[in-house]
Amino acid sequence: MRLSYPTNVKIVKVPCTGRVDILLILKAFESGVDGVYLAGCLEGECHFLRGNLRAKKRVQYVKTLLDEVGLGAGRVEIYNMSSAQGQRFSEVAREMTEKIRALGPSPAKKKVRA
Amino acid sequence: MIVANRKTLEEILTMLKPYKKILLLGCNECVTVCATGGEREVGVLASEIKLSRAKEGQEIEVREQTLERQCDHEYIDQVRPFVGDYEAILSIACGAGIQYVAEKYRNKVVLPGVNTTFLGVTLEQGVWSERCQGCGECVLHLTGGVCPIARCAKSLLNGPCGGSSNGKCEVDKELECAWQLIVDRLKELNQMDKYEEIIPIKDWTTSRDGGPRKRIREDLRL
Repeated sequence: MRLSYPTNVKIVKVPCTGRVDILLILKAFESGVDGVYLAGCLEGECHFLRGNLRAKKRVQYVKTLLDEVGLGAGRVEIYNMSSAQGQRFSEVAREMTEKIRALGPSPAKKKVRA
Repeated sequence: MIVANRKTLEEILTMLKPYKKILLLGCNECVTVCATGGEREVGVLASEIKLSRAKEGQEIEVREQTLERQCDHEYIDQVRPFVGDYEAILSIACGAGIQYVAEKYRNKVVLPGVNTTFLGVTLEQGVWSERCQGCGECVLHLTGGVCPIARCAKSLLNGPCGGSSNGKCEVDKELECAWQLIVDRLKELNQMDKYEEIIPIKDWTTSRDGGPRKRIREDLRL
């Protein structure tokens, strides 16, 4: 397909979005990222049955934490796409990049000791 | 288990305002099971505190430590070698743990990161419910195994009251009437004769009314 997506998106591979713990997302923010999104399988299509649904709930919880911290809930999202949707993958990468760019750099950036 | 709720981050940050080096103490017992003060919650809270401070352009050092229990001094002693390096201790154990840590390190400021709420059970993953109030004189043998002290909003010993409607309590339409539960259970057990008996006035001196309680087993003492 030779699709391109913004170079600022760093991919962290996990076996399933269900593997993504709340702390993993928070640690990413501690290390200075401006936003995090999870690219999970389509709802109802999880190989592990409920991994992406668990991830969805965790993302909602992290949103409340980020609001409490003052970074803003908008800095974390979850998107669902199948592994055959390359087009959608690059679309989402652009969409999220634009969204985070509009929010500006994370106020906690480079000031945190990991 | 003892069930607690995390205090809001805002409250915690207000308490932490004067400090730049803190020791965050979790507990591996009850508060781990009710997902409030275990190792994971220590990690999440430490991260929230660091991010909040970073946002304000201020630094804070948070040492994360989770003890096996905070209600036994041998575990609290485990932080003694380095507790002096920190300005304050933020504990997210239950109130008993927080106080015991404060008792053991008298020259340290010890702050509570949680509100301890009740003695309860896990209804399902992520849902906990109150079952016991530690009144010091159990009546479960008379009430079909359902506690009227902890589960009836009025702690009635001879219920239900007029606020019971369709099995629910007038305090909250979602709340089950404890006395409805008691009657249902006694019927199932063919023990309705127990319901006929009037439970006499309770001696509350075994509860909090008698002051803080203490238990001693002489044979176990060293």
